[in-house]
Amino acid sequence: MTALTNHAPVLLIAIPLLGAFGVPLIGKLGRGARNTFVGLIALITAAFAGLLAATVFARAGAPGLYVLGGGGFGVPLPSGLSVPIRIILEADGMSAFMALITALITLTGAFFSFSYWKDRSGGTLFYSLLLLLTAGIFGMELTGDLFNFFVFLEITSIAACGLIGFRVWLKNAQEAGFKVMALYTLSGLFVLLAVGLLYGQYGGLNIAYLASALTGSTIDIVALGLLLTGLALKAGAVPLHMWAPDAYGEAPAPMSAVLVANSQASLYGLFRILFTLFGLTISVATLGWILVVLALLTIFVGVTMALIQNDIKRLIAYSAVSQIGYMLLGVGVGLTVSVAKPDYGFVAMQGGIFHMFNDAVCVGLLFLVGGVITRAAGTRDLNRMGGLAHSMKWTSVLFIIGAFALAGVPPFNGFASKFLIYEATFRLSPILAVVAILSSILLLAVFVKVFQAAFLGPRQEGIGGEVPAGMMVPMVALAFVIVAFGLFPGFFIDKIVTPAANALWYGRDAYIGLVLGGG
Amino acid sequence: MNIGNLPFVVAALLVVLGIYTFLFKRNLIKLVIGISLVETGVNLFLVTLGYRTAGIAPIYTFAPEAERMVLPTPQALTLTSIVIGLATTALLLSFAVFIHRHYGTLDVRKVKELQG
Repeated sequence: MTALTNHAPVLLIAIPLLGAFGVPLIGKLGRGARNTFVGLIALITAAFAGLLAATVFARAGAPGLYVLGGGGFGVPLPSGLSVPIRIILEADGMSAFMALITALITLTGAFFSFSYWKDRSGGTLFYSLLLLLTAGIFGMELTGDLFNFFVFLEITSIAACGLIGFRVWLKNAQEAGFKVMALYTLSGLFVLLAVGLLYGQYGGLNIAYLASALTGSTIDIVALGLLLTGLALKAGAVPLHMWAPDAYGEAPAPMSAVLVANSQASLYGLFRILFTLFGLTISVATLGWILVVLALLTIFVGVTMALIQNDIKRLIAYSAVSQIGYMLLGVGVGLTVSVAKPDYGFVAMQGGIFHMFNDAVCVGLLFLVGGVITRAAGTRDLNRMGGLAHSMKWTSVLFIIGAFALAGVPPFNGFASKFLIYEATFRLSPILAVVAILSSILLLAVFVKVFQAAFLGPRQEGIGGEVPAGMMVPMVALAFVIVAFGLFPGFFIDKIVTPAANALWYGRDAYIGLVLGGG
Repeated sequence: MNIGNLPFVVAALLVVLGIYTFLFKRNLIKLVIGISLVETGVNLFLVTLGYRTAGIAPIYTFAPEAERMVLPTPQALTLTSIVIGLATTALLLSFAVFIHRHYGTLDVRKVKELQG
């Protein structure tokens, strides 16, 4: 058991990666064998994520180091100097928190797909790409090396675009695939250029080593700008959001949910770079305000664009874009005041980070419900739907839960995190809280419109019918998480959110010290 | 021969040229070419970072004594980046092929069903 716990970080990446290449082989044995294999891989991965989270949160989010190939981190030269060049993984509270989100979303996505793709072809490579994407996301969240971060970023880009565009018979999916891949590649190249700039100055790629060496020179600022642009693009923050509605809207329903987890991994990378890599070597107040402005734009543009959509998947996609803004807002407010570190800054961080989890679950549920009702109604156009509540009672209840939670209505989980964000941002500037609250109300209006259009109205003959258990169980599981986190937010904030926020807010020295000694 | 900062200038030029192509050309294949140019620029930048004047290849076996070696890490980075570039370019081009099949054109102004 200890061996498994010790090796959990690398197994989290290795198992889905090997599984991805095993799927086409097992697929030759038939669908049943393939689905069992994929389900098993997803379950084992989720179990390791749980194990990793349990160990990290048991030591209150303190970072843990995993060195590939064993032994110490430094490699001694003949001269006696020890050079930090080993490949390392480093998991602290924030990484473990993100790993939990990823595990939950990919697990539900995989199990939902078993039923969703039952009658469709192309399933085997679809699961292959899904596992590859999972491996890439875990890699981004756990790596302690900036170049490996770039490699995992590109793995997620390629796998994600494969998932968006693999249905080659759909016109729009091809258009979306091209657009998203082009922008993802550009964002990856920005990150690579920044990595090169930092390497050229300090001769290292390790995040902890770079963090200890950074001086905040002009080239560092340029590198930070490139990283910020690249990762904000990949996370889908306005004004670089134009790919997001296409990607979420055109991907198959269970994959839209996983793509949101993928965007959040880029957001995690952004936070890791701002708090751990750069820390206080840069002007955090300026940078924090940049994040806050981006966040307000994202929230506002996302919600208003959602309001005018008639395509249900694009509508949910835009509301997913707006939620990225709330996370940026919470953490941005925290960054702005991270020199003085007042209490409300920490509350803002908790709110922003807690909202990552809540958003993944709520948006995940909404995308799954969106897929179900699109299939039942045979159209994605809200104006041509109607009356689905007659034949799909449980689905409509699940939709209400997801929509209310995302719009921040108590007693669901979205309220818990948004309330923390409102409360803390109000202390920095009341206008931030006003925009955030107004946008949440608008979001509620958006979902009332969807509910009215899709579920209410006279019964339509020949459509609908409750979904099979294979799709219902993952949706109910997500709804259960939403309600549980909404009813007992204090428990979850204490256990998993606070260690994650601590790791970003106070954890820089511990993160560096663990690798370089001392600290 | 000392070539100074020339490679950095060329790398920057390639990146700028690539971004220009990406922003202002209307043909999908040309967009892919633009992305490839940016990629080449970044790769050249990485290789140049590790270059030492009159250095030898970083292979320890039979290495002459007291010679300067070029840095091996940027070369490893560049190799990785080239492989990733191959994958992304292939994926982009296959999307372009399917777009041409569906829309009958590669003009970005005509391939825009997803808007708003």
